[in-house]
Amino acid sequence: MTGPVRLVLDRVSRSFGAGPTTVHALREVSLAVTAGEFVAVMGPSGSGKSTMLTIAGGLDRPTSGRVLVDGIEVAGLSRTELAALRRGRLGYVFQSFNLLPALTAAENVRLPLELDGVRRRAAHTRALAQLEAVGLGHRADHFPDDLSGGEQQRVAIARALVAEGALILADEPTGALDSVNGEAVMRSLRQACDRGAAAVVVTHDAQLAAWADRVVFLRDGRVVDQTDISPVVPDLLTSGPR
Amino acid sequence: MSIRHSLLALLSTEPMYGQQLKSEFEARTGDLWPLNVGQVYTTLNRLERDGLVEARPEADVALRPYTITVLGQAELATWFRAVPGDEPPPRDELVMKVMLAASVDPLGAADVIQSHRRQTLEAMHRFTRLKALEGATVATLMMCDAELFRLEASVRWLDSVDARLRAGARLTPAAPALPSDPAPAASTAASASTRGRRRSGARR
Ligand SMILES: Nc1ncnc2c1ncn2[C@@H]1O[C@H](COP(=O)(O)OP(=O)(O)O)[C@@H](O)[C@H]1O
Ligand SMILES: [Mg+2]
Repeated sequence: MTGPVRLVLDRVSRSFGAGPTTVHALREVSLAVTAGEFVAVMGPSGSGKSTMLTIAGGLDRPTSGRVLVDGIEVAGLSRTELAALRRGRLGYVFQSFNLLPALTAAENVRLPLELDGVRRRAAHTRALAQLEAVGLGHRADHFPDDLSGGEQQRVAIARALVAEGALILADEPTGALDSVNGEAVMRSLRQACDRGAAAVVVTHDAQLAAWADRVVFLRDGRVVDQTDISPVVPDLLTSGPR
Repeated sequence: MSIRHSLLALLSTEPMYGQQLKSEFEARTGDLWPLNVGQVYTTLNRLERDGLVEARPEADVALRPYTITVLGQAELATWFRAVPGDEPPPRDELVMKVMLAASVDPLGAADVIQSHRRQTLEAMHRFTRLKALEGATVATLMMCDAELFRLEASVRWLDSVDARLRAGARLTPAAPALPSDPAPAASTAASASTRGRRRSGARR
């Protein structure tokens, strides 16, 4: 990986509560994600995955350690600066989808572009292409309430993917999807990263994690392991008929 | 994997000669299972001997087309519906390793499990890359999916073993307390030390 570093977690710890009942959700977690990189995070329930992602997205603050997005230390930002950062560069996909009910699917997806100053026509075209990529081209004019859970989830993903070069943070983004649609979402994420975005995706699904360049394993609030994947596709044709 | 039945399946569509069977087989299995042409000819000879295929009597062996016989068609129909040969469950080496590691050291087994989880994900990544390649055929996608579902099952099994061990599951029965353990007079030093190790393992 040679691109610029988009996200740095530097010895990030987060604990909840005090005294003997303190929960250490994260313990000195360090992670660097470069442009073009797609990272999956796996680990048992309660291992700190969501906490790590909310801290990376500036939605929660670490007890100790530093978080940098595009070289900017998130802890030093005011509330409005943080909001601007999230709008412009960060695509955060929540476990609940946070779609605006009064806007159609396409309007929801193009919103971050419009807030960022992209002309409506151009924003709309890009929103439609992104909806198409997650298999929802035919639902562009529907309102969130008229969409199934899985469709709403894909709209939320399209919204996170629509900004070029975004840093996408997604917590179980394929939770409500069947395997074919889950794969379509991972393909879109893969392609967005190939075009220069970066993504950190929490998933318990190994087939989806296999789309990432790297899998980071969390356990009891620590990074305990990660995959080591060489950039060549090794020869799969060695085993022969069994 | 039965090369025999794969060749019968191909011949049930049309007569083919050896090299053609080799390339058709590879194309239809997404090029994941290469076959050498020698294996093809050996298998064809056996099929012919058993009356399941017939060779046309062309002089040049390499250009001799084979056809499936009525007996061959019946054999193929039976094979398609028969339970795959690896049922009941094979002695999966991964399963054996993890079971033994967990029985030797239930807590230390987490490292063994994680090592397999990582390596399995690395293998899954390679098959996923193959699927993502421009121009991957439907046969390649299906073959990769078959491997991916199989590997995913391993990861899910590893996760469940991990969770059971974390919840305190033990594979070995707790050793009986020493006082109620009537040590035979002829008890050797070796068996006494074995018992001691089991006890300390169970207490951990
Ligand atoms: N707001 C909170 N207050 C108290 N404990 C929390 C809070 N958020 C998370 N935790 C605890 O932190 C640990 C990690 O949680 P989380 O990051 O949600 O794990 P994961 O997403 O891997 O399931 C858990 O033990 C959880 O109970
Ligand atoms: Mg979570």
